Amino acid sequence: MKKLFAQLAALLASAVIAGTAAASGGSSYPLDRFPVEKLTDQAALQNGAKLFVNYCLNCHGASAMRYNRLRDIGLTEDQIKRHLMFSAEKVGEPMKVAIRAADAKEWFGALPPDLSVIARARASHDGTGSDWLYTYLRAYYRDGTRSTGWNNALFENVGMPHVLWPMQGARGATIEDVRESRDAKTGKSEGFVRTTISFDAQGHRTEATDKVTGGHPHAGKTIRLGKPEGGGVSSAEYDSQVADLVAFITYLSDPTAGTRVRLGVWVLMFLALFTVFAWNLNRIYWKDVK
Amino acid sequence: MAQQKQVETTGLLGWVDQRFPLTATWKAHLSEYYAPKNFNFWYFFGSLAMLVLVIQIVTGIFLVMHYKPDASLNDAGVPVAFASVEYIMRDVPWGWLVRYLHSTGASAFFVVVYMHMFRGLIYGSYRKPRELVWIFGCLIFLCLMAEAFFGYLLPWGQMSYWGAQVIVNLFAAIPFIGPELSIWIRGDYVVGDATLNRFFAFHVIAIPLVLLGLVAAHIVALHEVGSNNPDGVDIKAKKDANGVPLDGIPFHPYYTVHDILGVSVFLIAFSAIVFFAPEAGGYFLEYNNFIPADPLKTPPHIAPVWYFTPYYSVLRAVTDDFLMYWMTPFLVLYALLAVGTARQASVKVITLAAVVALIAGFFLVEAKFWGVVAMGAAVLILFTMPWIDHSPVRSIRYRPGWHKWVYGVFVVVFLVLGYLGVQPPEELRNLVAKIGTRLYFAFFMLMPWWSAMGEFKSAPDRVTFAAH
Repeated sequence: MKKLFAQLAALLASAVIAGTAAASGGSSYPLDRFPVEKLTDQAALQNGAKLFVNYCLNCHGASAMRYNRLRDIGLTEDQIKRHLMFSAEKVGEPMKVAIRAADAKEWFGALPPDLSVIARARASHDGTGSDWLYTYLRAYYRDGTRSTGWNNALFENVGMPHVLWPMQGARGATIEDVRESRDAKTGKSEGFVRTTISFDAQGHRTEATDKVTGGHPHAGKTIRLGKPEGGGVSSAEYDSQVADLVAFITYLSDPTAGTRVRLGVWVLMFLALFTVFAWNLNRIYWKDVK
Repeated sequence: MAQQKQVETTGLLGWVDQRFPLTATWKAHLSEYYAPKNFNFWYFFGSLAMLVLVIQIVTGIFLVMHYKPDASLNDAGVPVAFASVEYIMRDVPWGWLVRYLHSTGASAFFVVVYMHMFRGLIYGSYRKPRELVWIFGCLIFLCLMAEAFFGYLLPWGQMSYWGAQVIVNLFAAIPFIGPELSIWIRGDYVVGDATLNRFFAFHVIAIPLVLLGLVAAHIVALHEVGSNNPDGVDIKAKKDANGVPLDGIPFHPYYTVHDILGVSVFLIAFSAIVFFAPEAGGYFLEYNNFIPADPLKTPPHIAPVWYFTPYYSVLRAVTDDFLMYWMTPFLVLYALLAVGTARQASVKVITLAAVVALIAGFFLVEAKFWGVVAMGAAVLILFTMPWIDHSPVRSIRYRPGWHKWVYGVFVVVFLVLGYLGVQPPEELRNLVAKIGTRLYFAFFMLMPWWSAMGEFKSAPDRVTFAAH
């Protein structure tokens, strides 16, 4: 029986290892870590709100969010009305989009998703939704073969063009795809072949194929992004601006999160105290039980 | 004037007692219901299940006030049902708290119920005379699964939608009537507005009514025969001059204060999740479910919520080769074992007929159907516990040491199946799931033999108890 138990434990362990191996091999472009301190930085959240209404709210709505809720991040109703409301009349209205659904479908091939809870939807076991968004908005490159002229290292063949390009500028990318080539008849391995697709900063595509020699080649796809050219801000400043925007989108996805955590501390303190009383009440009653 | 009922109470309570058995009910179920004094940790989970039931009903009432079971799109292009959940989360005062209590409560319900069932399993709480307590409990578990399944569609996210699609499609595997049956269940050719509305009706009215009735029956049956205890000793066998069991103590106040302590500790864990991690790492609220349901986009990986995953693994493990090489030889040996050892001729005949019918069925009907059967059987087999356990003692404490290992392996198998159920299928995992499924059924099917084997210790006359 013990042997059986040990075998089962071994099987469990190997299943876990197989699971993690599969998970790590899933995504070809690793997620960067979103700087979480931005979530409690009111200036960053306000800047994020400004970027959001200027760059995102033209195509994406956030229909679950009302403008006047932005008082949460330290804005007055007057400031909200003057600086953030372009497509709404009243401050109690939800952040709806100005684009018509039929137009969006024609221009982008799909309706741009509502961003109300996007930071929660994009979470996975690889990272938080904020990590995903932070990586995604910094992973655009020029691709002349796409109708928008843009592609994304994290979200392949994305429908959205690089809206923030005036800030970041344009860049190219090099995509290396290593595959094992096999004889069509015998199925015998004939070594590894590398396909290298390059895009320059104007999106011109070049492709080259060569045989991989030496070393220990692995099948897989890697993307290297080029250096952005012609951006309005430095690379570090762009990262910071994107982080502000992602901080706002994260707040937007769960605006009660801050209240929830603060209240939770009080609830747990109360329950801890209550447990002390409950413990004593129980102890005193059970003294009688012999 | 009719004869007045004679009661001991006076005043308002006396007036009520003459018309309604208030004091009598209080005494029968609380102040003079004698429970064994040696309850341990495992005995908290019954009262905790009641607590979670109350949490779910109260929060559910408030959610229904604002939730809209409507699959049509609003003017922002978001399904109304999905948007109404976000409306509760943002615009309804304290709506976020009510919703998180309800979503966390669903998982908490299964945690406490699984613990409660495990308690019954190890201390033999299903044995005579508690068969009906156990059967009502199994029915509660079935209802709970239905309740969770129907409720999970309501947020109308991608996982809600595709999870329901997968499960309803299982009915399509039933020979002859399957395809029509699945359309009848959905009310449409795909999961749609009709499905959402009927699932809503089942979730808020039909199943809760049945659930409450069963919980009442579970408790009435328990109080009729009295609680079991970790020693599996019958406390009613030794009574004092007043007819009170020597090892019994009144449920109120001793177990009420005891359970208040249990509730308090439980609420600490529960609140920690509600306030600090309501998604519980994507296991209580799945990430994909924050994407509105889209009938045109199938998610690459559909996994049920964690509490269904052991059974989902069983479903996936049943393939043609599983039936051929794993099930058929086992069933043949099983039939030989039953024919060779069973005492009653009827048991021999029924087992033999069932095995022949099953093996014939494996050849005639596709494996998908047998997967559904296996998933159902994995739950329904629990009902047979009172009759398949042949050990001379109730409690695991007085069973042979190796029985504890059998139970240990069973728990590990259940957890492994649960883990595999959330993972995408893959060769090694499928093999482990098949072994797990095989062992899960072997545990129950071979119980009539192994439960009577080995050296049993004799159970004591009185419960073991050290004063606090």
